Parts: sequence; structure tokens; C-alpha cells
Amino acid sequence: MQDAEQERKRRQRMRSVAIAWILAALVVLFFIVTIVRLGGQVAVRPL
Amino acid sequence: MADVAFTVTAGTVEAEAGGDVADYVALLKPRVMFLVVFTALVGLVAAPGSMHPVLAIAALLCIAAGAGAAGALNMWYDADIDAAMTRTAARPVPRGRVTAEQARSFGAVLAIGSVLCLGLMANWLAAALLALTIGFYIFIYTMWLKRTTPQNIVIGGAAGAFPPMIGWAAATGSVGLEPLVLFLIIFVWTPPHFWALALLRTRDYAKAGVPMLPVVSGADATRFQILVYSLILAPLGMLPAIIGLGGTFYAAAASVLGSLFVVFAIACYREREGEEADRAAKNLFAYSVLYLFLLFAVLLVEQGFGIDGGALPPLWAS
Repeated sequence: MQDAEQERKRRQRMRSVAIAWILAALVVLFFIVTIVRLGGQVAVRPL
Repeated sequence: MADVAFTVTAGTVEAEAGGDVADYVALLKPRVMFLVVFTALVGLVAAPGSMHPVLAIAALLCIAAGAGAAGALNMWYDADIDAAMTRTAARPVPRGRVTAEQARSFGAVLAIGSVLCLGLMANWLAAALLALTIGFYIFIYTMWLKRTTPQNIVIGGAAGAFPPMIGWAAATGSVGLEPLVLFLIIFVWTPPHFWALALLRTRDYAKAGVPMLPVVSGADATRFQILVYSLILAPLGMLPAIIGLGGTFYAAAASVLGSLFVVFAIACYREREGEEADRAAKNLFAYSVLYLFLLFAVLLVEQGFGIDGGALPPLWAS
């Protein structure tokens, strides 16, 4: 029973780590895509 | 679907622990995902104009996630069929590693996320096509056709044929004749590909109650249909060269690859008994994967590196 609980915790931890990595990768991806889409236009704005 | 609760009962204790990361990766059907991404990449590269590499990679990631979502939703709905078939019994849901509901939630979140991201990162036409592809695969093929008609993979094959069109739309914001031709090639390729597999798994499909063509009409009728589709596919594979999408290298490759496809289909049609028949079906199935990969790879190399050996003579060119 204890083994099952340990296994459950291990899998949950692995899933959490994977989700964290995916979220971090998405943040980086959205940042880069935003910069690329804005392109040179980012500097063109009223002062 | 009604049997899912019963099917996964044996693995409920296992499922309570939840699947590990590998189980969720398996839900995405990675091999199917690879072919989807590859054909989408060809559509994207073959499209006129240029797309920023970062946006192209982002679009391909979205398409990959969309394909994975369709796979996960398919495994949710088809858990009863998967459990009954040897080929699919080891999938995460029938094995009890992931519950059907977890697979459904995972697929639904991924489907919505991938469509929204593709819309934001590329354009909304590409996103709409991705949504259509996922919807077609789940609602039309998985929920309706697969369990009701031997023509299931003929019509359902459209879902697998959309990716090059999505790639093209992501790059251009439009669709035209060229992506339609790529769509048609995959659409006509799908039936002989899956029927070759179905010939080898007829008992499995019959046991699961899936009305695949060999189950309903018999092996001989299936072999005839495979041959007919192969005879349509071989000239169809030449179309990209005729409309100017592919060059001389592509034309040469398509004619050789298409002829070989027909040769394998004839062997499958002629060998009807015992191990020879199984081997012929197995060879055709393996070659069909290689055929599509090589055909699109040649197009990718031609378009991606600008090595097309020149356009075809004016008589051929449009």
C-alpha cells in the first residue's frame, strides 16, 4: 500500500515537472514570437 | 464507448496513480504526429513567399500539438475497441495507466490550446483548418464512420490529408490548387495504406466489431480495391510536377515511386493464400509509408533548397 502511495507521488511529481517545463517553454516561445511579429515596428511609436 | 468503464476497471488501481509522462506521450500517437508534422512542413516550405523561421517552427509545434490532441481524443473514445485489438491493447487507456476521462481532458485542452496558439502565432485560416482537421478526425471518423461503414478510412482519410494544407495556409494565409493537390495525394494514399494493414489484422478488427473492408467484403474485394486506388494514386502523384509545384527531380521520383506502389499492389492482389499473402500485404503496408515519406521528402528538398532540376517541358507545364 505504501509502495502504491510512493508510486502515485512519484508519477504526480513527474507530471508536475513536465507541466512546469512545458509552461516555461511556452513563455519563452510566446516571448520570441511576439518579438518576431513586432519586428522593427517595436521602435516605431510616439514619444 | 459504452464498454470503456468495464474495460478499464481492471486497471483502475493503476489508473488512480495516474499515468507517467511516457503514457501521456503515447496518447499523442508520436508516429502519426511525425508524419503529420512532416507533411505540414512540406506544405509550409512549398508555399510561395517566406515565413520567418521562428514563426514556422511555432506553427509546426501547434500542428504537432493539434495532431497529438486528435490522437488522445481518439484513444479516449476508442478505448473499448483498443482493448479488444492486439495491436492497440497496450495503449495507455486499455492498459489502465490513464483513465479515458484523463485522456479526454488532456486531448481537449491540447486541441483548444493548439488551435488558439496557431491562430495567434500564424493566422486564423490555418487555425480554422487545424480545428476542422481535429473535429473531422474525432466527430466524423472516430465517433461516426469508424464504427458504421467499411468506407470509414476512405472518407476519414481526409483528416490525415489536411496537414500540408494547414502548413500552406500558415505560410500564406490562403489555400489554392497546390495544397489541394497535396491533400488529394494523401487522401487517395490512405485507403490502400490502411487496407493493407487491415488485411493483416482482419480477425482483430472483426473481434472489435470494426467494419473494416476485409471484415465486411472479404480479403479479395479489399485486394481489388487496393489495386484500384493504387492505379489512381500513381498518376495522381505526378500532379505536383504538372502544375509546377514539383520539378524534374520530383517528376522522376513520383513516376518511379508510383510505379513501385502499383507493383506492390499487384503482388498483394495476386498473392491470396497463406504466408505469401501476408508477406505481400506487409510489404505493401511498409512500402506505402516509405512512398509518402519519399514523395514529400523530394518535394521538400526541391522547394527547400531550390534544387528542382528545372521545370518540366512546356508541354507538361501549366
